Amino acid sequence: MTFELFLQHFINGISLGSLYALIAIGYTMVYGIVRLINFAHGDIIMLAAYFVFFGVGLFHMPWWLAALFSIVLTALVGMGIEKAAYKPLRDAPRISILISAIGVSFFLENFGIVVFGGRPQAFYSPEVFQRVIKLGNVSIISLGIIIPIIAITLLLGLVYVVNNTRTGMAMRACSKDIDTAKLMGIDVDRIISLTFGLGSALAAVGGIMWGLKYPQLHPLIGIMPGLKCFIAAVVGGIGNIPGAMLGGFILGLGEILLVAFLPGLSGYRDAFAFVILILILLFRPTGILGEKVAEKV
Amino acid sequence: MNLLEVKNITVKFGGLTAVSDFSLSLKKGEIVGLIGPNGAGKTTAFNAITGIYKPTSGGINFGGKDITRMQPDKITKLGIARTFQNIRLFSNLSVLENVLVAHHLRLKSSFAAAMLRLPGYLREERAMRKEAEELLGGLALSRFMDEKAGSLPYGQQRRLEIARALATHPKILLLDEPAAGMNPKESHELMEFIEEIRDKFDLSIFMIEHHMQVVMGICERILVLDHGVTIAEGSPEDIQGNQKVIEAYLGVETDA
Repeated sequence: MTFELFLQHFINGISLGSLYALIAIGYTMVYGIVRLINFAHGDIIMLAAYFVFFGVGLFHMPWWLAALFSIVLTALVGMGIEKAAYKPLRDAPRISILISAIGVSFFLENFGIVVFGGRPQAFYSPEVFQRVIKLGNVSIISLGIIIPIIAITLLLGLVYVVNNTRTGMAMRACSKDIDTAKLMGIDVDRIISLTFGLGSALAAVGGIMWGLKYPQLHPLIGIMPGLKCFIAAVVGGIGNIPGAMLGGFILGLGEILLVAFLPGLSGYRDAFAFVILILILLFRPTGILGEKVAEKV
Repeated sequence: MNLLEVKNITVKFGGLTAVSDFSLSLKKGEIVGLIGPNGAGKTTAFNAITGIYKPTSGGINFGGKDITRMQPDKITKLGIARTFQNIRLFSNLSVLENVLVAHHLRLKSSFAAAMLRLPGYLREERAMRKEAEELLGGLALSRFMDEKAGSLPYGQQRRLEIARALATHPKILLLDEPAAGMNPKESHELMEFIEEIRDKFDLSIFMIEHHMQVVMGICERILVLDHGVTIAEGSPEDIQGNQKVIEAYLGVETDA
């Protein structure tokens, strides 16, 4: 393989990895605070892509406005799901809320099929994202560079919010000990709601860019990225934000490079993530950056 | 008028009655102690007052408001703060952040204002920080400010828990075994410290404590719980001479 070709694959991998990272954040943040794997998170991606699709197609919005509209709407949907399906179960056994999450996921998928139609649609992609950029012998489509730039900017922004703002501080406090956080006067409901909103907004950006990258839209597109990003979060150490980012990049790069170096295995592309999941669960169940938790007895 | 009025609360868990018919009145500036053998229901009484458990029956009135079934964060906002028997700091946050997070509830700026870093937000933020730093300074915790709370020595962690509770601007402070694990010298310092913060922050204090030296030394009034039942109430002298209390702690001598 030539260096140019490697570079091309590498940029591709970073681009996919940053998408995974964006979406994985939502899993990890929610898990960090409410200890729930929000299985509906993948379908949130699908909704975001459809919101843009309808924004442009039905309401004739300019694409950037449609994207903005979709991000806001998706964040609201994420918060709404929490209010409707998870909040009433907060004191119930952990398994109930997990089942509820799976239920929401199935609901959104079937809602999509009924309301949006099951037939795949072409996602609108503005010309800006499709330009071919030549760097020496490497030619990349502009989207491949725009995705990581947007994603990394947002990830840095999120790290800033979590580490330096009061809301971020309250989120960290809640993730440590939600009962004590309540006793310190933190409005836990509001923090949880914001967490879902923030996670969903990031997933929306991820979903829109996913649509630009793989412009075929149908109500089940969220499933695979959803699962892979869940794996990314587990690989990095669920509950750990830098971990989710790291996991995302590992999965994205790994997937692309596997296919690049071993083209014979390209059919196993999706299996890669699951193999990684099995390995990590066998050898480091807390994830790469996850802390070992010594339970006090 | 009494600041806190707990009227005949009972807390049941299924068939188990953890606290039965517990009453307490706390006046402004008072220090009241709650003692009793292990498992007597002391912490349960605390949890009922702070809203973690909802009492099965009875009522709690704080400053003229019924707080019986209120959420913990709302009760904290009204002015009841507490510490814990097992230290429950946010060990992943810095010492300063632990205090700042407790200031959280008194901020007015919205999330959006914080994101946009509006001048009002920044002003509020600076004032909070200054107050938190002063508070930590007052409790001799300044030099640990940027360390992770979890890395502090035990005694400092106890102090930090109190600092965090004070940051919510309470009218009543509930201390759950503040002297646990302290040697006589440390517990003596703690007594002085409790009286000092009571005067400085204009507090009423209700505390659970096993160290008799501490309880007898600073409490004006003491309640004794045994198996969830209040078996005695009175001044330290009364309690020391009370036959029932001695029995609860030492057991009854029976003729074999």
